[in-house]
Amino acid sequence: MKEKEESMKANVSLETVYVPSEDIVIREIEGELIVVPLVSGIGDLEDELFTMNATGRAIMEKLDKKKSLKDVVNELSLLYKAPADEIEQDVVGFMEELLKRRMIVKVSRA
Amino acid sequence: MMRKGSFYIKQRADRASLRKGSSPLLSNLDLELAERCNNNCIHCYINQPADDYNAKKRELKTEEIKAILEEAASLGCLKVRFTGGEPLLREDFEELYIFARKQGLKVPIFTNATLITPELASLFARIPPLEKVEITAYGMNRKSYEAVSRVPGSYDAAWEGINQLLERKVPFVVKFAILPPNRDEIKEFEAWAASLPWTDSFPTFSMFFDLRCHRDSEEKNRLIKRLRLTPEEGLAILTRRREKYIREMRQFCSKFMCQSGENLFSCGAGAGGGCVDAYGRLQPCLLLRHPAAIYDLKRGTLREAMEDFYPRMRKMKAKNPDYLARCARCFLKGLCEQCPAKSWMEHGSLDTPVDYLCEVAHAQARYLGLLKEGEKAWKVRNWKQRIKNFSMKEPIPQERSRVEARAC
Repeated sequence: MKEKEESMKANVSLETVYVPSEDIVIREIEGELIVVPLVSGIGDLEDELFTMNATGRAIMEKLDKKKSLKDVVNELSLLYKAPADEIEQDVVGFMEELLKRRMIVKVSRA
Repeated sequence: MMRKGSFYIKQRADRASLRKGSSPLLSNLDLELAERCNNNCIHCYINQPADDYNAKKRELKTEEIKAILEEAASLGCLKVRFTGGEPLLREDFEELYIFARKQGLKVPIFTNATLITPELASLFARIPPLEKVEITAYGMNRKSYEAVSRVPGSYDAAWEGINQLLERKVPFVVKFAILPPNRDEIKEFEAWAASLPWTDSFPTFSMFFDLRCHRDSEEKNRLIKRLRLTPEEGLAILTRRREKYIREMRQFCSKFMCQSGENLFSCGAGAGGGCVDAYGRLQPCLLLRHPAAIYDLKRGTLREAMEDFYPRMRKMKAKNPDYLARCARCFLKGLCEQCPAKSWMEHGSLDTPVDYLCEVAHAQARYLGLLKEGEKAWKVRNWKQRIKNFSMKEPIPQERSRVEARAC
């Protein structure tokens, strides 16, 4: 189990820039950030949508073409007044899942 | 900070609302892409011929539909259902479908399946509608199907379309229109529906058919009336799974049955949803096309309609003395399908009682023990007590109706 987690972590690099993929549509409806899959295979079920909570939303909103994941972690560390290594663990875990679901892609820094 | 896996909530698109807060101005929209249809079903309330030049010419242009889809999404709409007529008749269907999905909309589709090509099925597999495609079946064999659709070759075409979806694992559900040519095929249909991979409940049937929504053909209306099940026949079908029916009705009655009162719109029509017809006219629901309920989107916006026009419309009160004496005082609201749309289709007004629906509701109420033989629901004074007694009663009545026995 631990080995699997490590191998998944290897997919996410703090030096890399990630952005939302074109396989999803991100919508804000009545203050909620909702991710609507555009293509099949994003959700576990064919009709699944995703509503981001405040933390997920804060991370998603920082995914532009300019910031590496390390930049995102540092900004969130300041925002939440929490140690960067704690934030990093959370952010990396979240990014692994988004990457696995094809909700984000790697890009070159703008 | 939270741990992995707690950054979002996954929800089935067809289940509970994804939002915790207030509802958007527009939650869902029906879009009739065409009133034209390649079938010519004997009971249809809306269809125009597939090759009707004038109807096609009047239909919204591609860019006009895209503008409506964009505005719907901007108002918070999450679901736009493509319906018709037959929506797949439009040559720009794929373009509109992809455009709508790229707006972040779920796009369920109502279709007869006859025009589902391998390419279209592949598109649905790659870019899913996010809700099951809904297919209406008109018969379980060529003879009965085409006696309803009145188009030779439509049975084979429907099967071909269905097989395209099956091959590509595109989720769909099937509905059945119960009509004289196929009345003996209900069990066969149910067995087939149950065998489909995405069927998770009993299939739905349409049987209390609506008259022409544009009130455009007296002759067709006479035919539709002849095709309708009698209230007793309808009851027999509704109560085929007797225990399930009664269990569900106990819950339903305790929640939804009460007197309608003089307000015409006790339903959700025009509140957070609506239907755009093929020509750009917004209606409060799929069926209501009374001029007083129509808002022309070529002259105004969805926002204006939802913010101003429909809130005003929803305050309309019934004036017809017959309605006020019967429907307004009747406690079978919920059980009865009487509404402004049905009144419009049957009588051309918003507030005229529809006797056929009244009889269907009374037949159900008698079956459930809410009414005695010969009683009229609007004359019952102790209706609250009757609903309470029925909702709380545990044993299911043992006596089966003669109608049900006959149906079995």
